[in-house]
Amino acid sequence: MAVASDQSAFKQDGPLLAVDTLSVSFRQEDGVSTPVRDVSLTLHQGETLALVGESGSGKSVTSLAIMGLLPRPAGFISSGKIRFQTRAKQTVDLAQLSFDDMRHLRGREMAMIFQEPMTSLNPVLTIGEQIAETVRLHLGLSGRALQAHVKAQLDLVEIPDAARRMDDYPHQMSGGMRQRVMIALAMACQPSLLIADEPTTALDVTIQAQILLLIDRLRRETGMAVLFITHNLGVVAEIADRVTVMYAGQVVETAQTRPLFRKAAHPYTNALLSCLPARAKADASGLRRLVPIQGQPGVFGEACAFAPRCPHVTAVCQTKPPQLELTDGGSVRCFRWRDLA
Amino acid sequence: MTTPLLSVSHLSKSFPTSRGIVQAVDDVSFSIAAGEAFGLVGESGSGKSTIGRLALGLITPTAGDIRFSGQSINGLSERALKPFRRQAQMVFQDPYSSLNPRLRVRDIIGEALDTHALAQDRRDARIAELLDMVGLNASHASRYPHEFSGGQRQRIGIARALAVEPRLLIADEPVSALDVSVQAQIITLLQDLRRHLGLALLFISHDLDIVELLCERVAVLYLGRIMETGPTDQVMKTPRHPYSRALLAAVPKADPDAPRMKRLVSGDIPSPLNPPSGCVFRTRCFYAEGPCATDRPVLAPAEAGWQCACLRDPLPEHE
Repeated sequence: MAVASDQSAFKQDGPLLAVDTLSVSFRQEDGVSTPVRDVSLTLHQGETLALVGESGSGKSVTSLAIMGLLPRPAGFISSGKIRFQTRAKQTVDLAQLSFDDMRHLRGREMAMIFQEPMTSLNPVLTIGEQIAETVRLHLGLSGRALQAHVKAQLDLVEIPDAARRMDDYPHQMSGGMRQRVMIALAMACQPSLLIADEPTTALDVTIQAQILLLIDRLRRETGMAVLFITHNLGVVAEIADRVTVMYAGQVVETAQTRPLFRKAAHPYTNALLSCLPARAKADASGLRRLVPIQGQPGVFGEACAFAPRCPHVTAVCQTKPPQLELTDGGSVRCFRWRDLA
Repeated sequence: MTTPLLSVSHLSKSFPTSRGIVQAVDDVSFSIAAGEAFGLVGESGSGKSTIGRLALGLITPTAGDIRFSGQSINGLSERALKPFRRQAQMVFQDPYSSLNPRLRVRDIIGEALDTHALAQDRRDARIAELLDMVGLNASHASRYPHEFSGGQRQRIGIARALAVEPRLLIADEPVSALDVSVQAQIITLLQDLRRHLGLALLFISHDLDIVELLCERVAVLYLGRIMETGPTDQVMKTPRHPYSRALLAAVPKADPDAPRMKRLVSGDIPSPLNPPSGCVFRTRCFYAEGPCATDRPVLAPAEAGWQCACLRDPLPEHE
């Protein structure tokens, strides 16, 4: 769906977003935990980057840090930079930005949609009122122009019969329609970066397809970049130009989508792909079987986080942490990636 | 033909609600042979979970018949149902809420043994056996559910179901709350258990890939009705019904070289409070014609063991 060759045109400008060795920590009663450690990723204009990982991998915390939405005062960026190129072609470090400057960027240049639209929509306002509020705030429109803009936003996200649906309350809409409203809110100010955190996970598969195609259409039409956070590798294959895989709070691999699905560089990525039902292989008796990853996702190694569950583990993996190394077209955090290639 | 382990015929269930009657299950028939795995797939409102609860006798049908090994369970008292309850056990979606948080694993599994007065002379040994069967160990018996991960809790739920030596496991979305890597562990466990215990499986899921892996036969449900049923590999590879086609086309494929996901249906799933007349799928169907709005399609044999409820069957060739 996404056309990889689109990107070359944008690249000369430098990335829209460059997260550089980001660590995010949380103050807790018994000390400080750091669920995101040393995360680096880049996103170019017009590109869809999928951020993939299982529960506790740190993918959502990473996205909240980018948006400046870490829960305060517990959560904070403990190190690293988040460079973002504004529309005025200035590069700002989101990690250093003041609360007010950050709020100014959110909504105007960056927007986020979540898995459960109900938590982000106001249940006592009609969807028309909610979109109007955002548009008024950011674009300063009023009166008839405002109403027209609201309707245009609903048309944009393919809500049928928009003029009438404007008066609906969120609870009167289906999950898919509510997600469309969320997207309309996010798109109201034409952001250059959309962060989508599992936006289709709660939806039925036929509705999911509609929403994925909608997000991709909006990306193509507006040239915005999409950071798509998901645990669903099928969704990744459908929508992403590139993929960043997280495990235990770290990036373990970044690669172009197609090569990654053919043969990933990191053992975790390959193991995760082998867990997909569609990739089951027939055993001696002809029964199609999966190769599960042993152990639990929450058990992390001291050196390489994946070592306790890795089928290719060696002594070195348990003695020191691997660094992110450049590969052909991406990066990987594994001592053995060259032997395993 | 041998008597099926479970046979469901012309099953209907409606629920009165404040906004009207919801026809959750509408004239559904299927059967499962001993040792067979049968998948029920569908989206929200398809009635798949209600069918699971009906089959267990947890709720009573509005119409229709449910038989275990040929014997009807209709109208049986709770006491008379008990032997049937032993034949069929449920594994739930949410391993967090389906285990009593105040009981140790030993007692969660032991309770099931006690209810049916099983292994009373060797209770602890049997509990250890069951834990081993699901990939846990005897030392886990003294722990509480909160001490386990989601995948381990699902294993405990399966051990509890196996405690009464059922012949049929009804699993309602048992892996949809789990991470991909843990999902694979539980799917593999279910395959192993089927192989070793000869269990039949009624697998209720929205995930077509998992159903294809686990089940020999499948029924595709939409708004309480079966649209299509047949051998899983045939239905998945060459679906006959427009809804099955749309559903399969909408599944994102974890293979960038596979055909892209397609949107073959428009709009939302209609409310089960007010389902469309005639064919319930017609409002979203690209093939719908005049009669689809008035005539209700019946599930008609298409090929051996393969049935489809579509007035336009056979459809033009697959794209």
